[in-house]
Amino acid sequence: MKKITEYFRYYLKTFFLWELFQGLKVTLRYFFKRKITVQFPEEMTPISPRFRGLLALRRYPNGEERCIACKLCEAVCPALAITIEAEPREDGSRRTTRYDIDMFKCINCGFCEESCPVDSIVVAPIQHYHMENRGENIMTKEKLLAIGDLMEERLYADREADAPYR
Amino acid sequence: MFDQLQTLIWIIIKITVIVLPLLILVAYVTYAERKVIGYIQVRVGPNRVGLKGLLQPFADLIKLVFKEIVVPSRSNPYLFIIAPILSLVPALIAWAVVPFSDGLVLSNINAGVLFLFAVSSLSVYGVLVAGWASNSKYAMFGALRSAAQTVSYEIAMGFSLVGVLMAAGSMNLSQIVAAQSGGIWQWYFLPLLPLFVVFWISGIAETNRAPFDLVEGESEIVAGFHVEYSGVGFALFFLAEYASMVLISVLLSLFFLGGWLSPFEGIPGIEKLFAWIPGFAWLFIKTAFFLFVYIWIRATFPRYRYDQLMRLGWKVLIPVTLVWIAVLGILIKCHCPPWFAI
Repeated sequence: MKKITEYFRYYLKTFFLWELFQGLKVTLRYFFKRKITVQFPEEMTPISPRFRGLLALRRYPNGEERCIACKLCEAVCPALAITIEAEPREDGSRRTTRYDIDMFKCINCGFCEESCPVDSIVVAPIQHYHMENRGENIMTKEKLLAIGDLMEERLYADREADAPYR
Repeated sequence: MFDQLQTLIWIIIKITVIVLPLLILVAYVTYAERKVIGYIQVRVGPNRVGLKGLLQPFADLIKLVFKEIVVPSRSNPYLFIIAPILSLVPALIAWAVVPFSDGLVLSNINAGVLFLFAVSSLSVYGVLVAGWASNSKYAMFGALRSAAQTVSYEIAMGFSLVGVLMAAGSMNLSQIVAAQSGGIWQWYFLPLLPLFVVFWISGIAETNRAPFDLVEGESEIVAGFHVEYSGVGFALFFLAEYASMVLISVLLSLFFLGGWLSPFEGIPGIEKLFAWIPGFAWLFIKTAFFLFVYIWIRATFPRYRYDQLMRLGWKVLIPVTLVWIAVLGILIKCHCPPWFAI
């Protein structure tokens, strides 16, 4: 007896397209929901202070470059993307003469920043960059320092924000 | 000679007046589809070309028109080029008998329903020929599926039309609509509710729309019958699909929702308030509703499996229509009060 009523209910349900209306109800609810699209070139999703994008070399506030050519970043780099050559400067301090990062090799792991004892090499929150010509993938010391100068305030603020969790 | 020329010019003017707004409507149905599906998926849809993306259909059209037409090797080039035309033309011809308002119809023929039914069945040839001429296995599968599906669902569709004919006692579309006058409760979607639903479902299947879009079945057979088409050929197929969608929506509103009749007819007070709205505006609103549901359904349901599709067509829809035709016969014979009282 129970079986017959179950059959009856099943047929009644399928016949009146009950489940289909349930589905339509769900999609109609989503139709009126607030849209979550980010209009990309105009808007961007917020970036974490830990975002690892393009690299940069920082300076001290007095304008002296931080890098002391200890080559820890070169040693730790898993992709072998960093090449450093160093010489003593006129004032006797040890400085790099060449600091190249091949952006084609770089995997944005951020190990270089973590290994750096003077917070010189950092990963900057720059996510959209491109190269137009051959050879532009090599970030030279000048370019890295320029990015660092440009972004110094932001880099400082990001590190400040992240400091309690380091 | 001059008389003939005048007639010719009149005919061309009439065709333009009907087809041009129709094509613009079709263009905006594609836009509406992308917008509505976007909204349902919590996106915003196209909004870059023109204000709110309103020029998007024209951008798409221009892109398609300037694309190269690739004719596959070892295909039949004549059939290959004729097929898109074959599928578009029936969807446009059918508009000759559609009454837009009281007396506003291009050719008021007495066998209008029959004509519509014949012409809408012709569109399957476009798909079949396209599948055959493409010389591609996917296109062939798509065409075969389309043929079987259309033939199956045409029967259910025809039977539900039989119900409409019985109720209205006429094959003239204007008279069918006129028979529904007298208020919203006189419209045929009430006494013919099962037939209305069956006509709706088989209309979706006839136009090869989701969830019955096995003909295109992206996940199984790439794009079905129009895999090999590019540029204008593809655009024509696209146009044909949406034009027949609009046609089915108009037919649904003509047969079951009282066409150009106002839904407030016969309600004292409100009737006068909405009397200034012209008939074709009501028809347009009803058609737009059905088009929205078309898109809504597409955004909601997954595709049928082929055996399920056949089962639904033959073992559910056709018996339902047959039973309801019998019930309807009894209702008419007994002069059941609100609808069939003389």
